[in-house]
Amino acid sequence: MNKQITLTINGEARAVEVGPTDILLDVLREKLGIKSPKIGCERGDCGACTVLLDGKSVRSCLILAIEADGHKITTLEGLSRNGLTPLQESFLKHSSFQCGFCAPGIVLSATELLAKHPHPSEEEIKESISGNLCRCTGYKPIIEAIAAVSNARRKSV
Amino acid sequence: MAIAHDFEYLKPGTLREAVRTLARYGPRARVLAGGTDLITLIGEAMAAPDAVVDIKGISGLDRIEFKNGALSIGALVTFSDLRDSPIIAKKFPVIREMTGWLASPGIRNRATMVGNLCSAVPCCDSGPILMVYDAVIQVAGPAGKRKVPLSDWFVGPRKTVLKRGEVATGVVVLLPKKKHAACFVKLRRYEGEDLAQASVTVLALAGNSYRVSFGSVAPWPVRAHKIEALLEGQQLSDSLIRKAAQLVPEEITPITDIRATKEYRMHMCCVMLNRGLKAATARLAGAGPEYGTSLI
Repeated sequence: MNKQITLTINGEARAVEVGPTDILLDVLREKLGIKSPKIGCERGDCGACTVLLDGKSVRSCLILAIEADGHKITTLEGLSRNGLTPLQESFLKHSSFQCGFCAPGIVLSATELLAKHPHPSEEEIKESISGNLCRCTGYKPIIEAIAAVSNARRKSV
Repeated sequence: MAIAHDFEYLKPGTLREAVRTLARYGPRARVLAGGTDLITLIGEAMAAPDAVVDIKGISGLDRIEFKNGALSIGALVTFSDLRDSPIIAKKFPVIREMTGWLASPGIRNRATMVGNLCSAVPCCDSGPILMVYDAVIQVAGPAGKRKVPLSDWFVGPRKTVLKRGEVATGVVVLLPKKKHAACFVKLRRYEGEDLAQASVTVLALAGNSYRVSFGSVAPWPVRAHKIEALLEGQQLSDSLIRKAAQLVPEEITPITDIRATKEYRMHMCCVMLNRGLKAATARLAGAGPEYGTSLI
């Protein structure tokens, strides 16, 4: 039986009708037109579908849309609504992505990390993106970009 | 990926209602907490429930409490909750050590420890850790509440003793009364997110007493009682560890699969037992590697 659910997506209340078996990722992309979460492995391995649910990174491919009823979802579209964040600028500066398929997921995972630990160690950076696969870069420029944001913050304090 | 199999989604507001719903559907219902296992299983047609019963609407199951030496972890407590908990870091640092190598933040933010026990896959990391503490699972069902020792919990790969209408509501871990320290050693194919190829957990208690368990090398996590008996009361030495390692083949039954061969698992369990025993013993003496340091 279909049900109308209400989500706060990127700060905006959205109502959408979903079936019990609808996956959050599909609803975001197909019913709500939010395309930054990518369809990758669809089994929780690759992290390309990462969104923030109440501020925490989650796999939108492993969540039923109906489970998210009443919750807040942030996607890349929401992060960069008022221009690129310092983290995104840093990714650009360090040429951290090639094909870009993993980018939305990695940006969101790193956003969660920096919100929790403004000055993470390299180990913490690696841990934060350990569930986001990138097949282009070998991760080094990604780790450097995240570390650079932390260092820049330290200097500005 | 659209899920091909239809099911009803039910979200009871109380434990009582959840039990009633689960009893009504019996084996045709599956409990949903974090969903990281269940949704994958349904998506890949390895589970086909008629009803998915989401327990996230039941209050009180998301708590970590430590009272009178007993740690209670509710069924909705995620691995991230455990990782961020000051009480876990202080009293059960080995649980925190385990969470650092379990999947990745995006999974840990959702996956629950009790769900890990209910999924009951042979490579679950919660099982071996909780086993050395003789943890007890709290179960609610049509006949009321009952407690199941973790040693009786697993009955096969992906199978537990849960009966029709029952739901696990939490797990209770007693802090050992004696001075103690522990160590979790997990073998993976690469750094980053991977399931255990094999794991060893050692709990060292004052007075040269040890609790040892293995993960991913038997149909379910196992306690190594013969090794524990050998070590009991003995001062740890290289020759004693060699004798303990000789007992490893009597404790575990590894298989060959996509992640490792049985021979490699067997060999590495001996190596990890050696390092785990030494690290736990050193930690007990106030030295040894910091919790979270990989020994492999």
